[in-house]
Amino acid sequence: MSDVTGFQLLWWVILPYLALATFVIGHVWRYRYDQFGWTSRSTQLQEKRLLKWGGPIFHYGTFAAIAGHVIGILIPARWTAALGIPETAYRWFSAGAGTLAAVLIIVGVGVLAGRRLFVARVRATTSPVDWVALVLLAVVIVMGIAETVGVGLLGHGYDYRQSVSLWFRGLFAGHPDVHAIAHAPFLYQLHATAAWAVIAVWPFSRLVHAWSAPVWYLWRPFVVYRSRVAARPNEPGTSGRRWRKIGVHY
Amino acid sequence: MRIMAQVCMVMNLDKCIGCHTCSVTCKQTWTNRPGTEYVYFNNVETKPGLGYPARYEDQEQWKGGWRLDRKGRLTLKSGSRARRLLSIFYNPNLPTIEDYHEPFSYDYAHLITAPAGTNAPSVSMRSALTGREMNPTWGANWEDDLAGAPARALDDPNIVAMQEKVKLDFESVFMFYLPRICEHCLNPSCVASCPSGAMYKREEDGIVLVDQDGCRGWRFCVSGCPYKKVYFNHRTGKAEKCTLCFPRIEAGLPTICSESCVGRLRYLGLVLYDADRVLSAAATPDSTDLYEAQLGVFLDPADPEVVAEAERQGIPHDWLVAARRSPAYALIARHRVALPLHPEYRTLPMVWYVPPLSPVTDVTAAAGYDESDPDAVFAAIDALRIPVEYLANLFTAGKVGPVRDALRRLAMVRAVMRAHQLGQHPAVEPADVGLSDDDADDLFRLLAIARYEDRYVVPPAHAENAGRLLAQHDLSGCSLETEGGPGMGGDGPSGYDAGVFHLTRRDADEPAVTGRDQRGRLHLRVDGGPA
Repeated sequence: MSDVTGFQLLWWVILPYLALATFVIGHVWRYRYDQFGWTSRSTQLQEKRLLKWGGPIFHYGTFAAIAGHVIGILIPARWTAALGIPETAYRWFSAGAGTLAAVLIIVGVGVLAGRRLFVARVRATTSPVDWVALVLLAVVIVMGIAETVGVGLLGHGYDYRQSVSLWFRGLFAGHPDVHAIAHAPFLYQLHATAAWAVIAVWPFSRLVHAWSAPVWYLWRPFVVYRSRVAARPNEPGTSGRRWRKIGVHY
Repeated sequence: MRIMAQVCMVMNLDKCIGCHTCSVTCKQTWTNRPGTEYVYFNNVETKPGLGYPARYEDQEQWKGGWRLDRKGRLTLKSGSRARRLLSIFYNPNLPTIEDYHEPFSYDYAHLITAPAGTNAPSVSMRSALTGREMNPTWGANWEDDLAGAPARALDDPNIVAMQEKVKLDFESVFMFYLPRICEHCLNPSCVASCPSGAMYKREEDGIVLVDQDGCRGWRFCVSGCPYKKVYFNHRTGKAEKCTLCFPRIEAGLPTICSESCVGRLRYLGLVLYDADRVLSAAATPDSTDLYEAQLGVFLDPADPEVVAEAERQGIPHDWLVAARRSPAYALIARHRVALPLHPEYRTLPMVWYVPPLSPVTDVTAAAGYDESDPDAVFAAIDALRIPVEYLANLFTAGKVGPVRDALRRLAMVRAVMRAHQLGQHPAVEPADVGLSDDDADDLFRLLAIARYEDRYVVPPAHAENAGRLLAQHDLSGCSLETEGGPGMGGDGPSGYDAGVFHLTRRDADEPAVTGRDQRGRLHLRVDGGPA
C-alpha cells in the first residue's frame, strides 16, 4: 500500500466509507423520523401516457442491471471459474445480457428523463435532493452503458472483475484494493465515483421507495383490521416534526 | 358469530337540494391543503350524470371493487395480487387528473400589481400543478342541475345499462342529487388493494383509514375503490380519503357533512353485523341478490341473544344501547327504505340511501295523475319504468323490486300523514306496504321530524380500552421504558390520544376476527405488521 497517494486514499477509501456510513445512518434516521415522507412520489396522476412505457421499462431494466452487478461485482471471478465457466463465456454473457439491460434502461431513462424535464406537471414535483439523486443516477447509468456496450460489446473488453470488483468487495471486507481501482480506466472510475455518490444521497431522496417493495402483499390477508391503542409521545426533540410538512413547497 | 359494530350513514335523497354545504364544510375541515385541491371526501353529484371523477361507476373501465372468478371465489376486479405488483410501475386503472379536474387558484396579486389603466384588472386561473395559466374542462360540480346533460349525461353508466329509446324522455324531467362520501365498506376493496398494508378498517367502529406513515404511494387503493373515494395527494405522494370525521365520531359527534347538512337528510347510527358472514355475502353468486345478502349480515340489536353475545364479545353496553336506537338500522333493516349504493361492486358499502320519491311524483303529475292520490302514485311507481329502473341500477344492481317497495313505503307515509292532517280517512294503510301502524309512525318521525339527537346516535369511543391495550403493548416494548428508566413511557405531554391507531398485538387466547373464507387468507387480523 506504500504507493497509494493521499488523494487515492481519500477518494477510494475514505469517501466511499463515508458514503456507506451516510447510507446506513441516513436510512435509520429517515425511517425513524420521516415515515410520512417515505413514498414512491408517483406522478402517474399528473401524466400517464409516457409513464406507461418509461416506468416499467426503466424499472425492469434496472432489475436486470442490478442482477448483472451482483454477478459481476459481488461474485468473485474464481467462483465462476470454479463452476467451469470460462472467462470468454462470462464476458460474452456480460456483454450480451448487459447490453440488453442497457437498451431497456436507456429507453426507459430517456422517456422518464424527457418526462421529468419537459412535462411541467412532473417537473414541478421534483425536489432539489431528487434532482441531485436523479442527475447522479443518470451519470451512473450513462457510464455503465458506455462500459457495457462501448467497452464490453464493441470494444476490446475490460476485465473489471480483476480490478473494480476487488476494490468494491474489499470495501466490505475491510481492506479495499486501492491499487486496483486507481489504475482502472477513467470510465470505470467515474462510474464507481458516481455510484457511491448516489449511495450517499439515497436515504435523503425518493430512492428510499426501493426498500419498500411490497412483496409481503402476496401473503397478506386481504382486509386489514387495526385496533385502538393509546398514542405514544413524539420522538424527543422533534415535537412531532416530519421530514417534509404538508403545505411546504417541495 | 363474530359481532362487530359499524358507524353507518343513511342519506334521504328526497331532501337533498344540491346546495353543496356538506362538500364545502368537508373541504374546509379536511382538504383545504396544497395537494388536495381536487380532493372531495364529500361531493354532491347531479343524477343522471357522469359523476366525479367522470364515469367512475363504469367498472369495466376502472376495474374497481370485487368480482367472482370462474370458481365463484371473491377476487379483486383488477386481477391477482401478483398482477398488481407487476404493474406497480404503471397502474393501468388509475384515473389521471383530467378525470377529476386540474386544480387551480387565481393570480389575485394581479389585482394589486396591475399597472394603472382604464379597465379594472381581472384575475386569471393558475394551475396548482404547474403555476401556469389554464382553462377548466371538467370538475366536481361541472354538471350541476343537469348542466350539459344533453351532451354528456347519456354516458352515465346507469343510463347506458338501460334502453336507448327511454333516455331523452326521462332526462328532461327526472333529476336528483346524490351526495357521496366514502362507503366505509364491510369488505373494502381499497384495503385489499393496498400493497403496503397501510389501509385498514378499525375494529371498533368500522371506519376505513389510510395510515399516512405506512402509505408508500403505490396508488392501488385509488383504482381499487369502485366509488373512487380514495384520492392521491399530489404534493405528499400519499393516499387520502374520507375519515368519517373520526375525531368527531369518537367524541360522539356527527360528521361535519352531517352536522352542516341544510336539509337534515343525513342519519348516523351503529349497525351490528356478523363479521363471519361478510365474505359469503360478498360472494353471493347473483349480483341482484347482494342487497338482500348484505341485509343478512346485519344483526338485530333488539334481539336478546345478539345483545348477550355482543356483550360477551366485549362490545360496550352503551354502544349496544346506541345500536338499539340507531336510525340507520331502522331505515335500512326495520323499515327497508334505505338501499346501498352499487351493491354489485361487492364491497358491502355502509352508506345507504333512501331513494328519492319526489322525482317520481313529479313524473306522476306530468303524466296527468294527481300526485296527492296515493293510488295514482302507487300506479306510477309500478308503471313508470324509467326512474325506477335507473334507481335500481344505482341501488340494487338493477333489481327493481326493493326500489319499488321502498318508494311505496315513502308514498304510504306521505298519504297517511296527509290524510291525518286533513282529517280524512287514508286511502292506503301501512299494512298495504308491509308495515305496522307503529312502524309507519316511526318512519314518519324519522324521515320528517327527527331531531338532532335522533338523527345522530353516535356513542363516544371507549378510550379506556386503548389504555388497556397499551399496557399489553408495553410488555414487549422498549426496554428503556421501565420505571425510572430513561425512555419516554407514561402519558406523555398531551396524554393519550384516542385518535391514533396501531396494529393490534394479539393475545394468544383471543379468537381471530374471522378466520373462515374460501381461500384461507381473507379477513384475518394482522399480527404485528410490516416492518
